[in-house]
Amino acid sequence: MQPIDALAKVCGDVRPGEPAEGVLGVEPALVAAPKDASEAAEVMRVAAEKGLAVVPRGAETRLDWGTPPERCDLLVDTHRMDGLIEHAAGDLVAKAEAGQPMERLGALLAERGQRLALDVPLPGSTVGGTIATGASGPLRTLYGTPRNLVIGLTIVRADGQIARSGGKVVKNVAGYDLGRLFSGSFGTLGLIVDATFRLHPVPSAAAFVSCQVTGPEDAFDAVQTVLHSAVAPSALEYISPGTVAVLLEGVPEGVDVRARQIAELLGENAEITESAPDGWGRYPDGTTLIDVTAPPPALRDVLTTLGPETAVTWSGSGQGHVGVPTGSTPEKVATVLGELRGVLSRHRGGAVVRYAPEEVRGEIDVWGPVPGLALMRRVKDQFDPDHRLSPGRFVGGI
Amino acid sequence: MGSKGFAPEPISGIVEKVEPLPNEPLPDELGRRLAELLGADRVVTDPVRLRTYECDGLTNHRSTPGIVVLPDTAEQIAAIVRECAAAGVPYVARGSGTGLSGGALPRADGVLIVTSRMRRILEVDIPGQRAVVEPGVINLDVTRAVRQYGYYFAPDPSSQQICSVGGNVAENSGGAHCLKYGFTAHHVLSCEVVTPDGEIVELSADGPGYDLLGVFVGAEGTLGITTKITVRLTRLPETVQTLLAAFESIEAGGAAVSAIIGAGVVPAAIEMMDALSIEAAEAAVRCEYPPGAGAVLIVELDGPEPEVAAQFAQVERLCRDAGAFEIRIAADDAERTLIWKGRKSAFAAVGRISPAYIVQDGVIPRTVLPQVLARIDALSAESGVRVANVFHAGDGNLHPLVLFDDAEPGAEQRAEEVSGAILDLCIEHGGSITGEHGVGVDKSRYMPRMFTEADLDTMQMVRCGFDPAGLCNPGKVFPTPRLCGEVPGVRKGPHPYEGKADLF
Repeated sequence: MQPIDALAKVCGDVRPGEPAEGVLGVEPALVAAPKDASEAAEVMRVAAEKGLAVVPRGAETRLDWGTPPERCDLLVDTHRMDGLIEHAAGDLVAKAEAGQPMERLGALLAERGQRLALDVPLPGSTVGGTIATGASGPLRTLYGTPRNLVIGLTIVRADGQIARSGGKVVKNVAGYDLGRLFSGSFGTLGLIVDATFRLHPVPSAAAFVSCQVTGPEDAFDAVQTVLHSAVAPSALEYISPGTVAVLLEGVPEGVDVRARQIAELLGENAEITESAPDGWGRYPDGTTLIDVTAPPPALRDVLTTLGPETAVTWSGSGQGHVGVPTGSTPEKVATVLGELRGVLSRHRGGAVVRYAPEEVRGEIDVWGPVPGLALMRRVKDQFDPDHRLSPGRFVGGI
Repeated sequence: MGSKGFAPEPISGIVEKVEPLPNEPLPDELGRRLAELLGADRVVTDPVRLRTYECDGLTNHRSTPGIVVLPDTAEQIAAIVRECAAAGVPYVARGSGTGLSGGALPRADGVLIVTSRMRRILEVDIPGQRAVVEPGVINLDVTRAVRQYGYYFAPDPSSQQICSVGGNVAENSGGAHCLKYGFTAHHVLSCEVVTPDGEIVELSADGPGYDLLGVFVGAEGTLGITTKITVRLTRLPETVQTLLAAFESIEAGGAAVSAIIGAGVVPAAIEMMDALSIEAAEAAVRCEYPPGAGAVLIVELDGPEPEVAAQFAQVERLCRDAGAFEIRIAADDAERTLIWKGRKSAFAAVGRISPAYIVQDGVIPRTVLPQVLARIDALSAESGVRVANVFHAGDGNLHPLVLFDDAEPGAEQRAEEVSGAILDLCIEHGGSITGEHGVGVDKSRYMPRMFTEADLDTMQMVRCGFDPAGLCNPGKVFPTPRLCGEVPGVRKGPHPYEGKADLF
């Protein structure tokens, strides 16, 4: 039996791929959209039988991240698995299917006064894609990234087995935490089908305090002032070309006082606003996006190295993004990347290219040094011995 | 191949297990090699001294280690692991030995690697809000080192005065304040790790590639041994406010917790004790909780002053609305300590009202607390086994203390049965068999009740990736080891020491 027929027997939505659906130019032979976890498991089982290379797809907001797959016989699209399975408001926990858009999940949770404390930098992103790419925004300074908020995960393995880890209680140390392992694994270990998150109450008040800084030294000082204060910001951002902005959340009387405290600390040009400053929670502009791990002391050096022309956003948690200007030559990108890595290695940080034009990708080392790569390969070999899951999309050709 | 490395760990039993002393107390080939590596004074083979390492904080599982080593450096640990791997001998890492699930239970046929000599705080980086410590560093010592700068290390397991950061990493330790601040996994940025291959690798939370750190933390020492830990430091809160509220019943206390959480307050801690545990605490430390209370609730808020002031008033009102007949507010640190004294002494205090007891650790969705407590009451009534209850009420983490008289034949068994039935209740209500003590050897037999075979098999795929030979703390977490298939680089010929000496 042909793969398409075998898949059609187990899944209600199977069709040939289209050129426009290419993953970084690699056109999928087939696209299957299972309606639930058990259909997804059947699809994966058939893919295993037929030896198909599988790339999971959510809303395609980050399908152009990483490196192209070596092959793509089957795109598994999660858009039909888009439900909120459970929202246990009293327990501050929700379980959503992988294909659910983050904004819709947010809206549903907000009806009960709660939220998943993850920003959505790219509109339309799904729950599964957010986990698979480890995506987050400014709130990571207080709440962390998907690895901190996923408390239970259901996946379909390469062989079609459904496996679950964690559960639906926040406090739980039974067994290995595959939620953290799968966060940022880019579809190379298995297909995420649903996730359970710990939630937080929507704060009753919020305010932004922003100030303009002039140069790396000034930015560093402003950030340090806020970090070591006791106002407990939810987010602390540097947004180029020269804004340091703080988000305060809590009860109205508290936020009021804290906003004034921060404004005083940041000096006379500080401004308190209800809405976020420009660029908040968005990736910087540019055709090459670099993800940086830059602990707070590294901010000054990063900004000095990059100069004022290159767009940067950075969070107080020590994570940020650099956008290399449109039109930069591959050599220019390679130089920027090399300098960044040089500076960041002194701060035990690093830089990974998330997306770049094809001609640039060929000239650069997308991942940089990867400590523990041998172990990663061995874990990959266990989960996907035939290397059929998003092959080539990840570090070291995984 | 040393078959001893693959000997299945005996499933933990009901009665205390004391394994016999090794037949060969003198250093054998492996012992001699370890002594060459570390110096003879860092290798313990004397049976009397070995006995002092026979258990961790959970004393009903005992096993005297074959050899104990006391390394000073990561390189030494790597060399020890390589020796063990070459000899096919299992090894177990141990920090302060305060674990409550037998996670660091030694192997009679193996090497126990004790990190207690690795106690240096290597770096304090306040601008970067982090510190680098060796695995044997005591949890509270991290806070002591950085408090002067206005910082602390947030995970605060109740053993924090003696437990090690390496142990916290292995167990993903929580503590009373993890409701707001999260677990060790959220406060560790990277770990230098000796892998089961004997290599030294740095695993970090946001480096390129898989988040191996995320799975390493909480893997109970089954994926390798951490030798250096970069922890995140947390800014000390501007203020801490604590109240104690007394209720006539657990139900009323539970209603107060629901109201507080429902109002969108995230307290730093909410702890609850029932009448029996209050009685025990009173007998032990005279904490003078309000007389006649069926339950007391301790609620602690921390953060910026204006924030805490507003929410604290709200919490106080919600407690009164739920029927609190007395509320005490700590005016200063001394009064706060007094409020916490009863709670912190609760486990040990139970010794005052019962000759022996089991500390259970289970989790339920917080909202089913009344139903589960009613079922625990029924279990207790049916069996005649008394159960005192202490909870981290905010996150549904129960610590039932199951009381028994160890002089009475069969009593321990009945207590074990009740204790196990409580875990079944947790699973039945969608909870977990452990919220913070870990699985270890103690609860591995319960894992199949919470997870399917495929779930456990999948978790063990990670283990097979790290430790295909299954020598790194084997017999913990999983009831049955997974076969890892082809084991790359593992010796298949005769054992290197075969015929030369008995291993231990």
